[in-house]
Amino acid sequence: MSVVGIPQQDGGSRRGRTSPRFSLPDGWYRVLLVASAAVFAALVIWFLVAIAIKAQPAFSTLGFSWIVQKTWNPNLQQFGLLPFILGTLETTAIAMFLAVPIGLGAAIALAYLVPHRVRLVLGTAVELLAAVPSVVYGLWGVVALAPLFRQYVEPFLSSAFGWTGLFNGPNLGVGLILAGTILFIMVLPTMVAVSRDVLATVPTEQVEGALAVGATRGQVLRKVVIPGARTGLLGAFTLATGRALGETVAVALVIGNSNYIAHSLKSPAATLPSLLINNFGEASGTELSALFGAGLVLLVIGLTVNSIARILVRRAEGSELGSASVLVP
Amino acid sequence: MTEQLISTTAEVIEDDVDLRQGTIAPRSGTQTPVMRLDDVSVAFGGRLAVKNVSFDVYAHEVTSLIGPSGSGKTTLLRALNRMHDTVRSAEVFGTVLLGDTDIYARSMDPTLLRTRVGMVFQRPNPFPGMSIYENAVAGLRFNGVRKKALLDEAAESSLVAAALWDSVRDRLKNHASSLSGGEQQRLCIARALAVEPEVLLMDEPTSALDPMATLRIEELITELKDRVTIVIVTHNMQQARRVSDQCAFLLMDDDRAGKLIEFGPTEKLFTDAKDPRTLDYVNGLFG
Repeated sequence: MSVVGIPQQDGGSRRGRTSPRFSLPDGWYRVLLVASAAVFAALVIWFLVAIAIKAQPAFSTLGFSWIVQKTWNPNLQQFGLLPFILGTLETTAIAMFLAVPIGLGAAIALAYLVPHRVRLVLGTAVELLAAVPSVVYGLWGVVALAPLFRQYVEPFLSSAFGWTGLFNGPNLGVGLILAGTILFIMVLPTMVAVSRDVLATVPTEQVEGALAVGATRGQVLRKVVIPGARTGLLGAFTLATGRALGETVAVALVIGNSNYIAHSLKSPAATLPSLLINNFGEASGTELSALFGAGLVLLVIGLTVNSIARILVRRAEGSELGSASVLVP
Repeated sequence: MTEQLISTTAEVIEDDVDLRQGTIAPRSGTQTPVMRLDDVSVAFGGRLAVKNVSFDVYAHEVTSLIGPSGSGKTTLLRALNRMHDTVRSAEVFGTVLLGDTDIYARSMDPTLLRTRVGMVFQRPNPFPGMSIYENAVAGLRFNGVRKKALLDEAAESSLVAAALWDSVRDRLKNHASSLSGGEQQRLCIARALAVEPEVLLMDEPTSALDPMATLRIEELITELKDRVTIVIVTHNMQQARRVSDQCAFLLMDDDRAGKLIEFGPTEKLFTDAKDPRTLDYVNGLFG
């Protein structure tokens, strides 16, 4: 059911027969388990060190300020990452702005509201969506969504929300809003599948306890199920955000690849991953180092978003200990 | 599909009509029933789990439901506050009256019903994210009570009634999970009492508790009679004998559906049962 498939063990008898032959002293198990965990730690360190070494020349020639400068022009040795950092944050924000309410709503419906058969069909559909390769999403975005956005969605947004100043400029189809939408569609299956599974783990006893004192189904969801699943829902949010931040090919196909800071959500832009994939092949020297630097920045952004989400949840849990505010609207 | 299930179930009920001869509870002339079960059956996916149960629940008394595992005690209890509404495959037949209202009538709002017929579960289930105080008043808040004075008053009164006030009055803001199992169960009782139900259903409320905590709950049940009418499911015959005034004995029939074998004053059931199966069960010969 979950996106992370765990292969089913078949029975216990076969393992039962073979296990004595492979039995090891407890100490050996410890060593094996610690070693497996250590592989991860080693990989992460190796990975960080390798990138940092490659990025180092950029830092030694340019210092640190280049990271937040506005201009990317390798011919003039200008490697400002700000447009790409903003592009990454903006596309991810658009995606999560759509994915959180819609994904959570779909997950609640799948976990609690729809009949069993519908749940199976929709559940399978959600998991199939998760299996579509990202390049396919990107191509679909170019051929199917971009014309639609140019003709209908962007004109509509401009007329309905033009007053916000977020939708100025020509309707191009490709740009931040299309990239954000594609990302939303790509992270939705993760969001829905993980949220649905964690919502379903809230104990029936809690649900029944609330029903038994006269809570409506809506109250049960808002006051018992969602708070009870909060940590797991954070996991869903983190996984989805991670995917949105790092998605490369699909974004590169639909974002328009402009190296300038976008002044409208309809403008073409670029993200750190799309910058990497578009330039890595031909880059050399300081530019290559700067691209590795861009990779490091992306990593830092990912970790920061993750940490902030964690702190928010912990604070929410902490405040509950003392106050009587949970049920008060 | 639903129609098919209903018709199958109806046939089953018809077939078994003769089995309930002599098992309907005598209607007492002196006591007032707050709840009346009339030919109540519960089916899951078209399969009967409890069939044709009829008896009265008298005001300010404790009615116990006893019987071996699988005899449908809990299933029957959950039919009394429409807890089966949450299970799609469940169907309840017959009539359950609360006062003179049919609780399964279309006009009955199940959330309102559950404030009139409260429930305490097998395992203590306080809301884990909430404080002791919040747990006690959760039902009131679900039902829209906002005034702090009212909430405070209800919290104190229900915690006093649940014999928990003295030990928690100084730590109302602590997490409910900081309480012991017995205290948590008493908090759940307080939570149920706070909305001032007429009837309190208790589903094996001491099965997860140690003997001392069990004793406290049993004492509490007796004390609560003035305030609320209690229907309790218990595995423990001695508990039924200690706390209840009326006792219903259920047993699984040949078709695996539970049915009422005997209903009457607890003392009479334990000493002078009419049905030999009741006598065997209360004497510990089976179950």
